[in-house]
Amino acid sequence: MSGPSKYVPQSGFEKWIDKRLPLVRFAYDTMIDFPTPKNLNYWWTFGAILAIFLGIQIVTGIILVMHYIPATDRAFMSIAHIMRDVNYGWLIRYMHMSGASFFFLAVYMHIFRGLYYGSYKEPREVLWGLGVIIYLLMVMTAFMGYVLPWGQMSFWGATVITNLTSAIPFVGESIHNWLLGGFAVDQPTLNRFLSLHYLLPFVILGVVVLHIWALHVPGNNNPTGVEVKDVEKETLPFHPYYTIKDAFAILVFLMVYFAFVFFAPEALNHPDNYIPANNQVTPAHIVPEWYLLPFYAILRAVDFDIIPGIFTAKLGGVIAMLGAILVWLALPVLDSSKIKSMRYRPLARIFWFIWIANFIFLGICGAMPAQAPWTWLSKIGLIYYFSYFLLILPLVSKFEKPKTPPASIADSIANAPKGEEPNPNIVGVVQN
Amino acid sequence: MSDNTTTKDEGLVSRRDALHLATGAVALGGAAMAAWPLIHQMNPSADTLALSSIEFDLTAVPEGSQAKILWRGQPMFIRHRTAAEIAQAKKDDTAKDLKDPETDVKRITQSNGKVGKEEYLIMLAACTHLGCIPVGVNESGYLGEYGGWFCPCHGSQYDTAGRIRKGPAPKNLVIPPYLYTSDTIVKIG
Repeated sequence: MSGPSKYVPQSGFEKWIDKRLPLVRFAYDTMIDFPTPKNLNYWWTFGAILAIFLGIQIVTGIILVMHYIPATDRAFMSIAHIMRDVNYGWLIRYMHMSGASFFFLAVYMHIFRGLYYGSYKEPREVLWGLGVIIYLLMVMTAFMGYVLPWGQMSFWGATVITNLTSAIPFVGESIHNWLLGGFAVDQPTLNRFLSLHYLLPFVILGVVVLHIWALHVPGNNNPTGVEVKDVEKETLPFHPYYTIKDAFAILVFLMVYFAFVFFAPEALNHPDNYIPANNQVTPAHIVPEWYLLPFYAILRAVDFDIIPGIFTAKLGGVIAMLGAILVWLALPVLDSSKIKSMRYRPLARIFWFIWIANFIFLGICGAMPAQAPWTWLSKIGLIYYFSYFLLILPLVSKFEKPKTPPASIADSIANAPKGEEPNPNIVGVVQN
Repeated sequence: MSDNTTTKDEGLVSRRDALHLATGAVALGGAAMAAWPLIHQMNPSADTLALSSIEFDLTAVPEGSQAKILWRGQPMFIRHRTAAEIAQAKKDDTAKDLKDPETDVKRITQSNGKVGKEEYLIMLAACTHLGCIPVGVNESGYLGEYGGWFCPCHGSQYDTAGRIRKGPAPKNLVIPPYLYTSDTIVKIG
């Protein structure tokens, strides 16, 4: 939480710069002295992990562009060139490819944590909303990046997803052609996707700055969901306590990531993307990357016309898919419970667990062919997905009888069950 | 200055307000005009549009099979239908499950409004749902319940006139503008 700055410039240079551009003061206040609740658990380390992955993707991406050729007849070969000829090209590309997967893995953990501990509630609605925008930008960036290798999945994924725009009534076809720069996915599409794929990460970086700014105004939420009442007793300076904890989590996460980079780089990828793009043959079974499968299942679940001829299945699917993400924006309004953390919401907690299971279940449905039973299983998944936000949370928050949360963070630490009690001599050790 | 205040008090538009409005309107118009080239550059370019018509010799397609050709970068089907397929398509003209009702005759009409040849069905190969290429005759794979085309992506099924019968696609397969220039040559576009 932002308060008066405690920074005291020491050296002559610090004093000089502090009067002109207080950069050191800013860094000190946000990254060193920033008061952080004592009781954060490891679910709170994904923010730092995400920052690291944004960095990895930008650095490896800039390097890849030095060797990649955005031409329909050479793009696929230039990827082979990166993999075989460029010094350490294989490493850089596999880091970028697996990096996307682990970036999304971390963002899902981060979002699920927000859903569980009520991090979207007052006074963090703007923080949450910016996060949803970052997620949307990530999806767009990942989609356009997947098109660049110009394999079969790249090409047909691009065809299917850009076709979503043609569902818009009246102007859909014009928007579709405008987006593609032609009547089908081709050279102009590839070129502009590279341009945008390069641009968007920097837009994400900008929104991340706002996201962190919006975090630093109210300060972190915490597992109890009770706001900090006594800064002295209940918080620790971000450095060294959380820099070290985050660094530890980052290292563990990076170990898993590099295990994939070195030993299973293709495990999360689709083999069809090693077939060069062919605009005459659609692969028998088009699937997006794993991290978009739940939304793909939602898109496919709407296979019936809502109003024939006007509100078609196609438009319905597109609205459902976009709505599945945009509904997150309305969460602060939909969930009116005063209690933030699901720890003290016995009923909502159960529905949260079902929602997580359902999200994974939708992912499985999305990976399966568009045939029974998967078509109707996806429909069940879709119904629960939206019910959780639009029906269950609004109702549960009205009728649920929550448990009483601790009066303060300090209380929750003092009354922790035996064995979980933090050692008072080691101030920084954070336990739950 | 005092003039200004008086006119404002009377609820009239002052000279300064008018200037503000006019300046704002010009700035807005200017911004829109400046933005248009930045937006329009993404639309299909002159060389893409220039490839807009091709000729095709229909004798290359034997009866009961289909050819796939490219027009404006988009794949197209040219299907040479059998008598049984034509009969089935005509019979289904009144079927209740047509989502986008069109008669078989409409499906073989040229761009000048004259009916073409009923054996040749000329259509864009993009499924009207999300643009995959449906599987048709002389390809391995399921053709759907109506014996026309089956889209492997999301399960749309088309009949032997390329009409949508089942699945998420909203429209029949699109008929491009075409004209027969001779008995066997067709000009598309």
